[in-house]
Amino acid sequence: MPKETLRLGFAGKFESKQVEIAPNDPVPWSPEANFSLVGKRTPRLDGKAKATGEACYSIDVRLPGMLYGKILRSPHAAAVLRAIDLSAAKKLPGVRAAIAIAKPGEKLRFAGQEVAAVAADSPERALDALAAILVSYEPAPFVVRLEEAKKETAPLVFEGKVETRTSAGDAPGRRKPLPRKGNVQGPRASEKGSIEEGFRRADVIVEGTYETQVQTHTALETHGMVAKWEGDELTVWASTQGIFSVREELAEALSLPQSKVRVITEYMGGGFGAKFGARVEGVTAAKLAKEANAPVKLFLDRKEEHLASGNRPSSVQWIKAGATRDGKLTALHLVVHGTGGTNGGTGTSGPLKNIYACENVKTEEYDVFTNAGPSAAFRAPGHPQGSFALEATMDELAKKLGMDPLELRLKNDPSEVRREEFRIGAERIGWKDRESRRKTENPAVRRGVGLGAAVWYNTGGTGPRATVRIHRDGSAEVEHGLQDLGTGARTMVGIVAAEELSIPLEKVSVAIGDTRMPYGPASGGSTTTPSSAPAVRAAAYQAKKKVAEAVAKAWGVPAEEVEFSGGAFAVRGDPSRKLSWTDACAKLPEEEVSATADRAENHADAWKRFTAGAQFAEVEVDTETGLVRVKRVVAVHDCGIVLNALAAESQVQGGVIQGVSYALYENRVLDAATGRMVNPNVEQYKIVGAKDVPEIETVLLPVWDGVNNTHSVGIGEPVTVPTAGAIANAVSHAVGARIRRLPITPEVVFAAVEEARTKGGAA
Amino acid sequence: MSDEGKSGFTRRDLVRGAFVGAVAASVAGKGEGAAAPPALGPGPVPLELAINGQIHRLSVEPRVTLADALREGLGLTGTKVACGRGACGACTVMVDGQTVCSCLTLAVEARGKKITTIEGLAGDGHLSPIQEAFVKADALQCGFCTSGMILSCKALLFCTPKPSRTEIADAVSGNLCRCGTYPHVFEAVEIAAGLRTAQAQSPVLAPAFVVGASRWKSDGRVDQAVAEATEEA
Repeated sequence: MPKETLRLGFAGKFESKQVEIAPNDPVPWSPEANFSLVGKRTPRLDGKAKATGEACYSIDVRLPGMLYGKILRSPHAAAVLRAIDLSAAKKLPGVRAAIAIAKPGEKLRFAGQEVAAVAADSPERALDALAAILVSYEPAPFVVRLEEAKKETAPLVFEGKVETRTSAGDAPGRRKPLPRKGNVQGPRASEKGSIEEGFRRADVIVEGTYETQVQTHTALETHGMVAKWEGDELTVWASTQGIFSVREELAEALSLPQSKVRVITEYMGGGFGAKFGARVEGVTAAKLAKEANAPVKLFLDRKEEHLASGNRPSSVQWIKAGATRDGKLTALHLVVHGTGGTNGGTGTSGPLKNIYACENVKTEEYDVFTNAGPSAAFRAPGHPQGSFALEATMDELAKKLGMDPLELRLKNDPSEVRREEFRIGAERIGWKDRESRRKTENPAVRRGVGLGAAVWYNTGGTGPRATVRIHRDGSAEVEHGLQDLGTGARTMVGIVAAEELSIPLEKVSVAIGDTRMPYGPASGGSTTTPSSAPAVRAAAYQAKKKVAEAVAKAWGVPAEEVEFSGGAFAVRGDPSRKLSWTDACAKLPEEEVSATADRAENHADAWKRFTAGAQFAEVEVDTETGLVRVKRVVAVHDCGIVLNALAAESQVQGGVIQGVSYALYENRVLDAATGRMVNPNVEQYKIVGAKDVPEIETVLLPVWDGVNNTHSVGIGEPVTVPTAGAIANAVSHAVGARIRRLPITPEVVFAAVEEARTKGGAA
Repeated sequence: MSDEGKSGFTRRDLVRGAFVGAVAASVAGKGEGAAAPPALGPGPVPLELAINGQIHRLSVEPRVTLADALREGLGLTGTKVACGRGACGACTVMVDGQTVCSCLTLAVEARGKKITTIEGLAGDGHLSPIQEAFVKADALQCGFCTSGMILSCKALLFCTPKPSRTEIADAVSGNLCRCGTYPHVFEAVEIAAGLRTAQAQSPVLAPAFVVGASRWKSDGRVDQAVAEATEEA
């Protein structure tokens, strides 16, 4: 393979590297390139469709003769299903199908688990039909609190093996079977060096327990599908982050070849990790449609969404950390118990293992099963909770060492990029004089400043392919089977193609969201852009080469002698022979040229690193009301190079805002007496609103890594990782005692204020 | 509920089973006054609705919400439903110039009133200024809250043409956005109000395009002296 010399690095620290480039793949962009779109603020291509209501989301799809599906759910936290009778429901007017989802004798393990489903000619009649289904349950003992569930005497969530209906993406990191005792599964363990040795070498040691709550995804468009059969072919319009993973799951569940299942997601109202699979409701929609011989729309309502569509597990994290007198970490030990209801995926060790350098690290992660809805991947699984506990620990260490918390980070952070981010953020938040800003004019209100770090891992991978077609009028079409959750992925595809072809974005038409298109990646792990953009660029590059070949033929010169730059083709060394893009395309011998390209392998010899981020938060805490207001957040992030500065800024703001919400408000509350969720709505399940939004300063630090041909990295997840930790540290700074629990409610603040009063001293 | 029981059934009966809990927060129609309306339902009733300047005829059960009538009955799916309890504002429409939650309004209640939905804002293919500004400022991500958000902002600008940040936040405080578009929503309203132009400032630091040993300052600018010195060398 040809080797190219690239200038790679960031912020003036560039180095030359020899990087192997796959044949027919374009060389990564040069830092000196004169971009027309990349890095600029580009309004999204579908902005108009969304602002006018024209955008047709899957939940908006209406088909002739379409029915409405609804699901009946168990009201019991644990019960055995004794009998189910659908006959009365089937006789109601307008009811066209009724099916059982659970079987008699089956154990139902959480309040909200699917029991049966109906389809009727209106949503209201479908609800009538649910009320007419007769079900006999035998309630069983249950447990919903983590501490209770850990006890040996606790009712068992699973008597035998773990049987949770999971869907794609539901339990990240769950690969090999783990030991289980009672309701406690694990540990997933890792060890590096020797923590005994590390703690022996430590001059100071801190330990603490940090707790986080269960958070639900609460995407505004709920989970669901419209399913339509034509003979033995199934088409679904799904609200999903992975049209291809939905296809795979539907084909498997319905015993169909994948070629007979088509999944479409034109527009989609948010996912945040919980929408990779067909899930129970998707398979049910398809079954109802089959039985009724009519299309069925089945979408969950808000309550169902809270109960059964996934969540970020809780955590109780015990951390012990040791450091030398001069602030070098010597040992880190994490033991975490978390509950994802009937599912696992509760690990939080990512930040602890991957942010600060430490030779001796041990982590032990336990899943505690409870009778609650199963967890699902949620925007940086494990990381906001892990970062909160780790950053609190670092602040505790700094305090014990009498060292500035920022200095402690800089001393232990192996990432050059993040150290730079820390410096930028510290300057912008005014870190130096944070002590003098603690007092406000109101003696009850105190100000605090805190920080947190983010790490992320993915730079995308192979699999995706894209097709670019170039027409005789010089316009282009891109087809790429990915879905846009709201991140701006559709626009990203257009920008990359337009940049490569040197044509205005208006001349590019982008088609996404259909499994009939070339494979696009599932939108998860912040891999979408780094997986898709290189494939799109490669396809545009190869299509452009075909135009160049046509030009060469017309000029009667060898194809290698035709160059493309500044939007025109020319013969190398002959300035008289020049042809603009439009004129060249007009000469195409056929209607169009097209190329389909695969995403090349990541360049192993490039400037590799973990994606880094740093955030600083400034808060005001009213010690009389216990209310916390986040005033400012400075978010400094590496996202490779920025393809669309406007959408990237939106992503950062969104990640920070979700982090504020997680830090201060959100909490799924289960009633221990009934096992039911008491706040399955959006007025009592509190989510940050317009009045609670801090001033957010976004700083994107471009890193030219050369890992793929666009230097792109996803930013969706890392931007929400450090926010809660930074806020908690800021509140600790303000009140003078450690915040050890999320969400930081007035109760938590009062406890910290009281601790500071009795013990004295600043955090 | 001032009008409960007047027609022989309560509003609570109407929505029972569909949106439990919705009633308490329901927006009582202002026009319902002296004469008690005739009893309706429970079967479908014919209904005329004036939406975006057009009369639509449909047949709905009295328990059907305005949101469902718009979406499922008439295909005006720009109006979204995300909570069904009047807590998120995604279903916001204007009824006689007031923003209401269409998930808490029965279709039959909207009879004889002027309804404006998101589909009614753009005229002749041209976006209204607030829609234009939402696109420019990227005040939409997944877009599911956008219709309601825009209608709330439109109502704000109608009463308060030059709103402050606080007034904007107040105006959209009933519109929940899970993606976190609020900062860009504030900007969009300010653009539509002529208080600012679309932000040109990029969050991307300049040193991206700096090669070699140039030193770089955290305000995003290259340290010129060093850069030049490097070039000379």
